[in-house]
Amino acid sequence: MKTAKQLSVFLENKPGHAYNICKTLGDAGINIFTLSLADTNQFGLLRLIVEKPEAAGEILKKAGVIVNITEVLAVKIDNRPGVLAKIYELLSASDINLEYAYAFAMRRIFLLRVSDNEKAFQILSGNGFSLLSHEELFSNENEN
Amino acid sequence: MERSALQALAQKDFMSRDELESIQLKRLKNIVSHAYKNQALFRSRMQEKGLDDTCIKELKDIQKLPFFKKVDLRDTYPFGLLCVPMENIIRLQASSGTTGSPIVIAYTKEDVACWQEATMRALMIAGIGSGDILQNAYGYGLFTGGMGLHYGAEGLGVTVLPISSGNTERQIKLMSDFGVTAISCTPSYFLHIIEKAKQLGYDFKKMKLRHGIFGAEPWTNEMRQRIEQESGIKAWDIYGLTEISGPGVAMDCPARTGLHMFEDLFYPEVIDPETGEALPDGTEGELVITTLNKFGMPMIRYRTRDISVIVKGTCECGRTIRRIKRIDHRNDDMLIIRGVNVFPSQIEAALLTIPGVQPHYHIIVRRHGDLDTLEVQVELSAELFGDTIRSIEVIQKKIGNAIKSIIGLAVTVTPVEP
Ligand SMILES: [Zn+2]
Repeated sequence: MKTAKQLSVFLENKPGHAYNICKTLGDAGINIFTLSLADTNQFGLLRLIVEKPEAAGEILKKAGVIVNITEVLAVKIDNRPGVLAKIYELLSASDINLEYAYAFAMRRIFLLRVSDNEKAFQILSGNGFSLLSHEELFSNENEN
Repeated sequence: MERSALQALAQKDFMSRDELESIQLKRLKNIVSHAYKNQALFRSRMQEKGLDDTCIKELKDIQKLPFFKKVDLRDTYPFGLLCVPMENIIRLQASSGTTGSPIVIAYTKEDVACWQEATMRALMIAGIGSGDILQNAYGYGLFTGGMGLHYGAEGLGVTVLPISSGNTERQIKLMSDFGVTAISCTPSYFLHIIEKAKQLGYDFKKMKLRHGIFGAEPWTNEMRQRIEQESGIKAWDIYGLTEISGPGVAMDCPARTGLHMFEDLFYPEVIDPETGEALPDGTEGELVITTLNKFGMPMIRYRTRDISVIVKGTCECGRTIRRIKRIDHRNDDMLIIRGVNVFPSQIEAALLTIPGVQPHYHIIVRRHGDLDTLEVQVELSAELFGDTIRSIEVIQKKIGNAIKSIIGLAVTVTPVEP
């Protein structure tokens, strides 16, 4: 099974917080591949895919940030219509919950957080999808 | 101290009420007369009430005496309440007030000995003695915690590790390396030690630690349960306050039905905080303490601001000295929200019922028109939040429900960073 490592960062509800986190990582020379922000009126969650998740996690922890590393699936998608619908269909047919998803559109990569990584990986790769490991996300071969 | 002398000391907790009360009366007369002769403030307050130093005929007469409050210590800072010449003072301790001047307490040689006796008796109730290694993680210095426990433990022949507070990693390393059997610190600091020890991969089951002597802050039964569950040690509650001498004024016993006050040294009363009227045993009110055997700076009817009850009846452990109910909140901590009394300790107790939640919080009271609202900001931790909004909302809801079930009010729970 191949998975990508996502940083899940808790954001207190205060202005500029997400910016500060990105800046902390930028100052440390860590590239952000993609990110997604979810929030309520009390707090937010920032999800980041970065090149060195463990190092980035340590840097953020030292800065007093609450951060977890979560394994997510990174699926390559092509330009055919209906491909996302197909993924949803395959997962739900196997009783796998999709907690959230976001995309890195430029690279046509879809990041999925599902209830069962192992099973979802088998089903998607068995149905012709190509899933990438964390390292593969950052290798040049996968640049489009 | 010889074994037989220690036994005699421990036996003081078991003397008959008659004997105890005759000691108390004798000492009360003596201390009132000493303060009357040597302290202008006490004398003038007595005179205002038309009293002199012969007014004590029986123990109940203590109720005629004027109160002392913390503000009196501030107003007379530093040495206005001293009742002996300065050259007879061998120790000064102070508590850092968060506002204004600190308060200073001066001890004669006999006062230090009296304080040591109290802490020795307290540790003996927990069964701590020669053969034990006590890691004294109360702060040393002006704060009474460190010095108080130190002298008590040393008096019993305990091996004392005077580590003071702070540097948690070193605390845990030495605790493990030295085979420490007992620790003394604030209960919240010990929770922090537990948390840190887990992170560092220590297992309390593999350590020799058996007892914790916890005090210097109000704490709840929920906190006690949490400590005992997570570390497997016995958590003993020790009560004391700088103004009275320091830790060792009252101590938990195995029956856990209240803290025994060393009544031959510290005389307890409970009063109605509004009217000042003395309340019968069994009634909740503000704890008032008179130092019966302390001469440098005696405290007569000192209002502690601690809310407690003198427990009725005798304890199943057989000690005859009376018990006070464990103190889990201070009078001046109380918030009144929509007519309901709320104590921060209740919020703490609620948080402690939820696994993984640490009792680190802020309470914010806002007034919208006539309506007070309560927001509780709770520190989130990585293990609690996972990676979904839902996981945080579940925790918020759990915390909100736990608080509501204790205080009866709905609160807004806001997760925050540590
Ligand atoms: Zn008892």
